[in-house]
Amino acid sequence: MNRQRTGFYFVLPWLIGFVLFTLFPLIAALYISFTEWSIIGNPVFIGAGNFVKIFKDPMFYESLWITVKYAIFAVPLTIATAFTVAVLLNNNLRLVGVFRTIYYMPAIVSGVAVAIVFKWVLDPNYGVINSFLAIFGIRGPNWLYDPNWVLPSYLVMAVWGASGGLLTYLVGLKDIPRELYESAEIDGAGTLRKIRHITIPMITPVIFYNLIMGLIAAFRKFTDAYILGGAGNQGTFYMVYLYDQAFSFYKMGYATALAWILFVIILTLTIIINVTRKYWVHT
Amino acid sequence: MGKKQAPGRIQSFALYAVLTLGSVAMLMPFFWMISTALKTESDIFTIPIKWIPQKIVFDNFTRAFEVVPILKYMFNTFVMAVLKIGGEVFVSALVAYGFARYQFKSKNVLFMILLATMMLPYEVTMIPTFIIWSNLGFSDSYVPLVLPAYFGSATFIFFLRMYFETFPRELEESAVIDGARPIHIFVRIFIPLSKAALMTIALWSFMGTWNDLLGQLIYINSPSKYTIQLGLASFSNMTGETLWGPLMAASFVALLPIIFLLLFAQRYFTEGIKMTGIKG
Repeated sequence: MNRQRTGFYFVLPWLIGFVLFTLFPLIAALYISFTEWSIIGNPVFIGAGNFVKIFKDPMFYESLWITVKYAIFAVPLTIATAFTVAVLLNNNLRLVGVFRTIYYMPAIVSGVAVAIVFKWVLDPNYGVINSFLAIFGIRGPNWLYDPNWVLPSYLVMAVWGASGGLLTYLVGLKDIPRELYESAEIDGAGTLRKIRHITIPMITPVIFYNLIMGLIAAFRKFTDAYILGGAGNQGTFYMVYLYDQAFSFYKMGYATALAWILFVIILTLTIIINVTRKYWVHT
Repeated sequence: MGKKQAPGRIQSFALYAVLTLGSVAMLMPFFWMISTALKTESDIFTIPIKWIPQKIVFDNFTRAFEVVPILKYMFNTFVMAVLKIGGEVFVSALVAYGFARYQFKSKNVLFMILLATMMLPYEVTMIPTFIIWSNLGFSDSYVPLVLPAYFGSATFIFFLRMYFETFPRELEESAVIDGARPIHIFVRIFIPLSKAALMTIALWSFMGTWNDLLGQLIYINSPSKYTIQLGLASFSNMTGETLWGPLMAASFVALLPIIFLLLFAQRYFTEGIKMTGIKG
C-alpha cells in the first residue's frame, strides 16, 4: 500500500466537500455580486453596480455603524468580564465546580430562547431589571423600546454571555508558572500588582485569541438581533440587513455584495490585529 | 502544575460573596423565565412584580403546546442533529487522521486551504449555496443542512488533527508490522483511544444544530418541518408582546435538553477546550 496515496484518500472526503460547498459557491458568489438577480429568471450582469449602490445606501451605513458601535463596546467588555471571572475562579475554593458550571452556561445555552427571555427580562414595565432598579427608586430606561437604549440592551446580553469564553482564560491561567508569583511575593507584591505585572501579560495570547473571535462574532451577530430588533431600527445589525436583502426582498446580487464587504472588513481587522500582535502579545 | 494555596479566610469570604452575586445575575434570566412560566396571567402583569408565583399553575405550558407543537419541533431538530452528528464526527476524524498521521504531496497546501475556510465567513457562500440547493430541488428540506456534514467540518478536522498528532508513533508501527490496513488502524486503534475527544466534537455538533437559526431560517419554510429555533422564532413573532407566560414556558422546554447536557456532559465541554490548546 502506498502511504502517499493512503493519506490523500483519507483527506479526500473533505476535499470533495470543499470543492462542492466552498470553492464552487465562492466563485458563484463572486459572479452573483456583479449581477442583479431576484432568484427568478437569470442574473443580469451589472458590473460594479451593486457596490456603487451599496456605497450610496444609507441603511448600509446605518447597519454597519450599529454593528461597529456594538463591537467597540461589546468586545472589550466581554474580554474584561471573562478575564475577571476566570481570575476569581482560579482560586482554591470548595464550590468552584458549581460556579464554573453556572458561569460557563452561556457558552452552551444560546439561540432564540435566550433572546426571548432577555426581551422579557428587559421589559420596561414588568421586566426584572427595571423592577430591581425600582427598589432603589430608579426609573429604568425603556431598553429595546428606546432608540438610545437599544445598544446598551445588547451590551447587557453581551456581558451576561461573556463568561462563555471562560474556559480559554482558565486554561491560560493554569499555564502561568507558579514560580513567577512566588518570586513576586518575595518582592512583596500584592494581589493587584501580581495581576497587573504577571497575570495580564502572561494571558495576552488568550486575550488575543478572544479579541479576534469576539470581533468576528460581533460582526456576524444575527440571532439575537433578528429576534429582538430594537426601536428606531437600532437593532438592524449588518447581518440582519443582509438577510433581509436576500431573503425578504430577494436581492441576491445586492446581498452577496454586502457579504463580500463583510468578509473584507473581517479580514482587514484580523490582519490589523495580527500586525499589532508582536507589540503586546506575550510569546 | 502545583496546586494553588488556599486563600485566607477574609479573602475567600470576599471571593464567595462576589462569585455568588455574579451567579445570581447569571441565573436571574432563567429564574425569571421559570417564575413567569408558572404564573397566572394576572400575576405576570403586576407592578411591583412578583418574584415568586403566588399560585403555581401550568396553564402557560398547556397554552404553549396548543399554539405551537414544541415537542414535534424538538423532535425534528433532534432527528436533524442525529443525522448530522454521525457523519460530521466520523468524516472529520477520518480526514484529521489523514492530515495528522500521513505524509503526502500537497498536504501542507491542502491544510492551509482548510485553515482558510475556517476564516471564511459562512455568509459569503450562504447565498450561492442556497441558490444551488434550490435549483437542485432541495428547498424546504433538511438535506442542505445535513448533507455537507458528511464531508467533514474544517473546525473539527483542525482540532482532531492536533489531537491525533499527540499520539506516539509506535501505536501504528506495531499494527503495520502485523499487517493491519490503514482504515483498520484508524477504526480499531485511533477511534477507541479518542472517545472523549469525539464525544466533545459530537456535543459541539449537536449544539451547533440545536442553536442555529440562520441556516434553518434560510432552508426550511413549511411549519411542519420547523426546528425548535424556528418554532420559537415564529411563536415570538406572532404573539408579539402579549403571551409572555406561554412564551416563557416554550423557551423553558426548548432549553431543557441543553441544560441537561450542560449538567451531565460538562466534562466533555471542558475537554474540548483543552483540546484546542490555545496557548499562543
